[in-house]
Amino acid sequence: MADIILEVKNLKKYFKSPKGNVHAVDNVNFSIERGKTLGIVGESGCGKSSTGRTILRLIEPTSGQIFFEGKDITKLSSREMTKLRRDMQIIFQDPFSSLDPRMTVSELIAEPLNYHKILEGSGRELEQKKEKYILDLMDTVGLAHRLYNAYPHELDGGRRQRIGIARALALNPKLIVCDEPVSALDVSIQAQILNLLKDLQRERGLTYIFITHNLSVVNHFADEIAVMYLGSVVEKAPVDELFRNPLHPYTKALLSAIPVPEIREKKDEPLIQGEVVSPINLPEECRFRKRCGCSCEACAAGIPQLREVTPGHFVACCNL
Amino acid sequence: MAKKQSSAAAASVKQNRALEVWKQFRRNKGAMVGLVILILLILIAIFADVIWDYEQDIIATNSKARLISPCAEHPFGTDNFGRDMLARIGYGTRYSLIIGFSSVVIGLLVGVPVGAASGYIGGKFDTILMRFVDTFTIIPSLLMTIILVSIMGTSMINLIIALSISAIPVFTRITRASVMVTRNNDYIESARAIGAPTTTILLKHVLPNCFSPILVQATLRVGTAIISAAGLSYIGLGVPLPTPEWGALLSASKSFLTRAQHMCLFPGLAIMITVMVINLVGDGLRDALDPKLKR
Repeated sequence: MADIILEVKNLKKYFKSPKGNVHAVDNVNFSIERGKTLGIVGESGCGKSSTGRTILRLIEPTSGQIFFEGKDITKLSSREMTKLRRDMQIIFQDPFSSLDPRMTVSELIAEPLNYHKILEGSGRELEQKKEKYILDLMDTVGLAHRLYNAYPHELDGGRRQRIGIARALALNPKLIVCDEPVSALDVSIQAQILNLLKDLQRERGLTYIFITHNLSVVNHFADEIAVMYLGSVVEKAPVDELFRNPLHPYTKALLSAIPVPEIREKKDEPLIQGEVVSPINLPEECRFRKRCGCSCEACAAGIPQLREVTPGHFVACCNL
Repeated sequence: MAKKQSSAAAASVKQNRALEVWKQFRRNKGAMVGLVILILLILIAIFADVIWDYEQDIIATNSKARLISPCAEHPFGTDNFGRDMLARIGYGTRYSLIIGFSSVVIGLLVGVPVGAASGYIGGKFDTILMRFVDTFTIIPSLLMTIILVSIMGTSMINLIIALSISAIPVFTRITRASVMVTRNNDYIESARAIGAPTTTILLKHVLPNCFSPILVQATLRVGTAIISAAGLSYIGLGVPLPTPEWGALLSASKSFLTRAQHMCLFPGLAIMITVMVINLVGDGLRDALDPKLKR
């Protein structure tokens, strides 16, 4: 029996807008084993960030259940939720806007400790413990001690993101939602941050939900990948299987869009046409119908559900 | 080993925030000049009773020394009752500063929490509260003050209350607007993610980052309040005579404009310098408090 740390069932998040409901997250199901990484990929606006934030209840879900270590957290009071935040953390996409510009590095890293009793003691003793804790965390994420009193605007994107990681780690969480943690960074720094995250996972047994639009990033990082399109998971498979044998036309298109470092390589014709349909008041049909060229009756009849095609490989497409 | 040392160094360098702000403030020459003059004005206001005797120097008339132009004995000249203008303006500092600062402080104390709550909570609460505030905003603030003073009668307390009430919507609006901008930042969500309570988020993350527009507005309002008070005194609705409030002094000078220009020049200068000095200090403070402007 696998040790499931997080299970999401029929998760929905609709945002109200003047034109109707925006289906940001629409019936998402998945589960993650402890210590593994689930990559959630998809284009901009497909609801991957909303999914991540809803899991942490930074956005309240419209309906559905989220089980963290077997407990449904959608029903928890805000006080119980605060306690649970020790175990579930998030790393934000933009390290330039996710750090309070008026706080120093040490204050930023120490902030989580103010709301959770991690360190025991009082007065001077606590202050010293806190300081050591902060410096240890700075070592862990690779920040020089001289930056203790620096302000975020004095640092580059990579260092800022390290602060964000240290903040998330300060509470010793079990699960971290990484919301595009490297997409705002230079390519050279991306690799550093990814390696750091990987090392931390190994050392601390962390579980990651890794949200990204960059398939080549999750290729090296994730154990399993869920591909999202317009709020729904259209394909879910272990990473090797997904790259070797993509089944959903959208996944195929995403994979073919990965740049190949070969000038003479012949690129296939684009597999999909058109644009994403508006996520407002979606019709009850396959969301991808208008783009994949297939127009059989089954596509128009209803939203295809995820089916297990081969063990562990789920696809939501009626042509399989 | 080197790392251990640097960690000890980092610890000892943990700086005092107030000291840091002061260091930044000191680099701003204009703000420092402003601060010195402002402190001087505050000292004059506090020790006015020691420097001048109210009955003897401020109130007592001397028909022999009417409308003397500035000279060695009376650097600012005398007024139409033969009273020394320097003494009257000096004593008047007390009234102008009290009116200016207290009306702004009351306006801030009410306006900022209301605006912050309105902007942060949003929704229906915000809509209802803002329509209520709007009813105050539609009446021009000077007119509002005039109405309130006419109802409550002329006294310094009433003047302060009236000026405060007209200042509240300004602070409510500006706080609300900047809170609405600030609350959408990722660092607010980040604070929620680590489990910060709502009040802490408001006080530690939202308000400090809304600080500069509020501070700028506050310093401007001190000036406006002093000018409004002067204006009201000028039309006879401010501090009742013979109190040497600056506006009242200006008002008294209007009949003697052709004969004794010094009577309006010096109170006017006093108002101008005070307002300017407060703005300088306010700007300096805003820059010193913003870590991004650190040099």
